[in-house]
Amino acid sequence: MWLTLASFAGFLLFLVISAITVAFHLKLTLLAAFVVTVACLLLMVAYLTYAERKIIGYMQIRIGPNRVGPKGWLQPIADAVKLMFKEIIIPSGANRFLFILAPVLAMGPALAAWAVVPFDDGWVFADVNAGILYILALTSMGVYGIIIAGWASNSKYAFLGAMRSAAQIVSYEIAMGFALVGVLVAAGSLNLSDIVKAQSSGYGFLSWYWLPLFPLFAVYFISGLAETNRAPFDVAEGESEIVAGFHVEYSGMLFAVFFLAEYLNMILVSALTTIMFLGGWLSPFHGTFLDAYFAWVPGVLWMFLKVAFLLFFFLWFRATFPRYRYDQIMRLGWKVFVPITLVWLFVTAIFVLVHFPPWFAKGV
Amino acid sequence: MILKVIFYLFSAILVFAAVRVITAKNPVHAALNLVLAFFSSAVIWMLLHAEFLAITLILVYVGAVMILFLFVVMMLDINMAVLREGFNRYLPFGVLIGALILLEMVLVVGSKFFKTTAPVAENISNTLMLGRALYNDYIYAFEIAAVILLVAMVAAISLTIRPPRQTKYQHPSEQVKVKREDRVRLLKLPAEKSE
Repeated sequence: MWLTLASFAGFLLFLVISAITVAFHLKLTLLAAFVVTVACLLLMVAYLTYAERKIIGYMQIRIGPNRVGPKGWLQPIADAVKLMFKEIIIPSGANRFLFILAPVLAMGPALAAWAVVPFDDGWVFADVNAGILYILALTSMGVYGIIIAGWASNSKYAFLGAMRSAAQIVSYEIAMGFALVGVLVAAGSLNLSDIVKAQSSGYGFLSWYWLPLFPLFAVYFISGLAETNRAPFDVAEGESEIVAGFHVEYSGMLFAVFFLAEYLNMILVSALTTIMFLGGWLSPFHGTFLDAYFAWVPGVLWMFLKVAFLLFFFLWFRATFPRYRYDQIMRLGWKVFVPITLVWLFVTAIFVLVHFPPWFAKGV
Repeated sequence: MILKVIFYLFSAILVFAAVRVITAKNPVHAALNLVLAFFSSAVIWMLLHAEFLAITLILVYVGAVMILFLFVVMMLDINMAVLREGFNRYLPFGVLIGALILLEMVLVVGSKFFKTTAPVAENISNTLMLGRALYNDYIYAFEIAAVILLVAMVAAISLTIRPPRQTKYQHPSEQVKVKREDRVRLLKLPAEKSE
């Protein structure tokens, strides 16, 4: 039954995409780029789980997965196959429709946000002017998947996880939004490509915004950690307290979709931090004497390296810090991060007004 | 042509979702249908080239307000049978209010306020024009609205604030400041001698 449903949905999706392509006179290369991007993202998610298990393994003086394929490289493929063939169990008291809708609602925004992310100069699907707003709107949508999953499961642990997660995400969104307001004051644009271009004042990696906006950089990255429900902010799933939180009742492919959404969001937060504060696709030697030696490196590779660097921090934090207590999370979000961002917003506005060199010498 | 198809598709979804908000038996379903209604109206605003307003609608109402709504609705144990008891009693009042709203909308829509004017300039973005209108032309009205919101916020907090908790609190700053001398006292006890 599931297989017929899945093939029918796939056929419907194919029809819709073809209709859109014909109706808007889109180029077929764009469609190919779309497919390649999604495939790359899913591959990145698969190998991010492998990297996570390996890196945390070495941090805890273990070896990590090393059985499937050479050095365990095929482990994520084996995991994916296992999840696909597992039975999907729907609890008897659950709301069937919402139970299946919830993972889709978690996954949709996580994929849709990539539409405005520039991978290189001009490598962006939709070069919209309201890019930051679009990102903020979509990342705030992701919480619906978690809340609905918790409610539809008809389980107390799932419900507790959903409640915790909702309060946490709504709180941290405010700090995240203010940090982005600082970036848009500095760059004078809501367009993500323009924000990257505004960071090329000719001093290599020192001209990126992480230096003048350092408090906002830290607040944004840590809020991103909290938004994706990663350790040390993983009270929504907290294995030792509420079993697995909002996805206790999920199994098989439905669980895998939640898993995919969480890891996609991790990559998204890293990519956005890279774009806002670490110069996106710009080379770290941009404008210095070393620039000529590294001219052959494509921008998308720099972007990838920076994203990988930030993802390493996600894993490092998970292996290092114990879980925050719930009231401490709330205190950190409201009483520490929001005031920091407000003060630094003011400081950034002054920087821009006095054309503080070198970052704001050009003015906005 | 394609824009018309999109418009009618999302208008149909909007009307369907709005009807479901008031007819759904389960309050959580009603709240989720309201989310769908917000989403469809955002799409229709997007068709009017009001991209800033459309995204802000999703960001504020879908992303924040409706999450808190859902939060509350999920926690409540609502018995729909009790809620429906007074239906006949409140019906005339509801019809009166509905008629009043309809009358107001008929008066406003189609009057001089809703004549569409030509775009001011093609090269100035919508967001910029909105910012100029809010912060230059209507700055006082905007500030007054902000102050009213602030007063409402303070009022809401002061209505729900509770007296200080009786339970013991942790003060992380004080915990960090603790010195060894505050907690541990080393005593010198001379060894007893057996004489």
